[in-house]
Amino acid sequence: MDLAVVVGIDFIYAVATLALISVGLAIVFGMMRIINLAHGEFMVMGSYSAAVAVHHHVNIWIAILIIPPIAVAVIGAAIEYLIIRRLYGRMVETMLASWGLSLFIVGILTMIFGDITEGVPTPLPGITIGSYQASGYSLFVIAMSIMTIAIVYLVLRTSRLGLLARGTMQDAAMAAALGVDTSRIYALTFAFGAALAGLAGGILAPVSGVFPSIGGSYIGRAFITVIGGGPSALVGTISASSLFGFINQLAAFASNPVYGEVALLGAAILLIRLLPQGITGRFFRGHL
Amino acid sequence: MTNSLRSNAGLVAIGVGGIVLLIGLPIVLDLYTLLQITLYVIFGILALSLAFIWGYGGILCFGQSAFFGLGAYAYAVSVINIGESTLPFLIATALPAAFAAGLGYFMFYSRISDVYVGVITLTVTLIFYNVVNSTAGPQYHIGEALLGGFNGMPNVPSLNIPFQPDNTLEPAGMFTLCGGLLLIVYFGLHALLRTRFGRVLVAVRENEQRVEFQGYDARLHKLVAFSIGGGLAGIAGCLFTAWGNFVSPTAFSVVQSAQIIIWLMVGGAGTLLGPVIGAMAISWLTLKIGTQQTVNANVVLGAILLVFVLLVPRGIAPMVTERLVPWLMSLRQPQTSPQSVAREGKA
Repeated sequence: MDLAVVVGIDFIYAVATLALISVGLAIVFGMMRIINLAHGEFMVMGSYSAAVAVHHHVNIWIAILIIPPIAVAVIGAAIEYLIIRRLYGRMVETMLASWGLSLFIVGILTMIFGDITEGVPTPLPGITIGSYQASGYSLFVIAMSIMTIAIVYLVLRTSRLGLLARGTMQDAAMAAALGVDTSRIYALTFAFGAALAGLAGGILAPVSGVFPSIGGSYIGRAFITVIGGGPSALVGTISASSLFGFINQLAAFASNPVYGEVALLGAAILLIRLLPQGITGRFFRGHL
Repeated sequence: MTNSLRSNAGLVAIGVGGIVLLIGLPIVLDLYTLLQITLYVIFGILALSLAFIWGYGGILCFGQSAFFGLGAYAYAVSVINIGESTLPFLIATALPAAFAAGLGYFMFYSRISDVYVGVITLTVTLIFYNVVNSTAGPQYHIGEALLGGFNGMPNVPSLNIPFQPDNTLEPAGMFTLCGGLLLIVYFGLHALLRTRFGRVLVAVRENEQRVEFQGYDARLHKLVAFSIGGGLAGIAGCLFTAWGNFVSPTAFSVVQSAQIIIWLMVGGAGTLLGPVIGAMAISWLTLKIGTQQTVNANVVLGAILLVFVLLVPRGIAPMVTERLVPWLMSLRQPQTSPQSVAREGKA
């Protein structure tokens, strides 16, 4: 029974991290049709801002939950203004530009912090379930992931900004005709996606370690989840990360985490063959 | 005959120039420079593999290094097991081509969009990198070949003259082989693009739906092209391993994939010559950056990619052929007709 609980936590944790690292990418892709190849580096910048804050004796919770999203949102807004804005409607060029950006950020981070691993301490002790040990921080990550999704839902669904954003994405010309400053909405949406990436980077910093090229280990899984999820940003993220997180963890249990990732990719390619539009292209259509 | 010669003047000039360089460079250059140039030539083949499928097939492959790395490892593993390089060379070509065909089946027959193809190929590369990186330790071996994980595989034998294992290629011979292969691939692709297959492929790039209305199978054409591109990248990988007697997971890395894209963006994706020149120039540049400590190579590569996407989206080659060459021609013969300029420009 205890073992079942511990294993269950592992599975939910796999799903939760997948949702956490993908949701920012999914928002930007689902609403703006932009695939941001620098998403992993946005996360890494979040992790670094948390690490730097911890070094300066900022409270650990503020360092991992408050500072990263704000820092990365500001950087994201600047990047939108300088680069992304010039490429709207040209998906391929946007991908290439964001890839150049990703290399650029990795290089800058290497120059500033060096090619070494920074640590962020884990703020929660382990917990004991029967005769087994489980990580208290895993439960925290799961809770944060659920909360992030809930916040995104509430922002998009109930706030005025969310309404304007959804309207702009549905029909930019009509929204503009009704007096919405669409380019500001695009900028805010991109910054919002960046903030979510930063938050994910901050939350995962204590578990993953922080070094310049770690973004590469996130993005593969995030891309697969977003593509597998399909057009609806939120429902797609939830359904795809549930499916892929489960498969990933199953394969990881059977062999090791690396083959978990291979299984993830195999499942995604098979899914794309069966449902080229992703899960939400066929099911749950019209949801957020 | 003279007519077709004249209309292919650019190609003929490249062929003659290539053969002169192929014979001349080993005589005039010192060994170190020759080795460096051999590497640039190998990257030139790699650039052509992507130039063909992206620039002419319109297939947005962000993971060309997956096939490059697959060829590199296939050669290393099989040459260590077999002890002779003829069959390993063929394996290093066939395996990536077959893998590309398999992956291409899932992508093209699902009719997923360009962008998805880019993301999936990139993800395949990422996962290859992670898998090979994790194979450190004596339990990971294929036959006699230890995979070595992040340490890579050292002491991989060089290429030898077919079926003569003791007769390995010296640096000069290796240069001649790589240079010869580059010329063969370059002219082979030009020839292929002039066949019916090549014309349909370019038409698919322009308008897939219209080509299908005319009764061609766009999916099949893309699949075959993708597989050819995979095989060519595999050849480059094989030569790369044989050149350095070493292969490591960085062959699969995202930076390697990005570099190939940058070669194309700089040289001009819609041409064959541009990417080759882009590959050589950028490889030379990365080598120079590697000799100093202040600026990280990734910063420069990323900045180059950004600048070209934003400011020179078609690369340098179209600028040369469409602006510079006509301008030079107009200086030389003021009465040149527009048609012949256009024809010259295409070469």
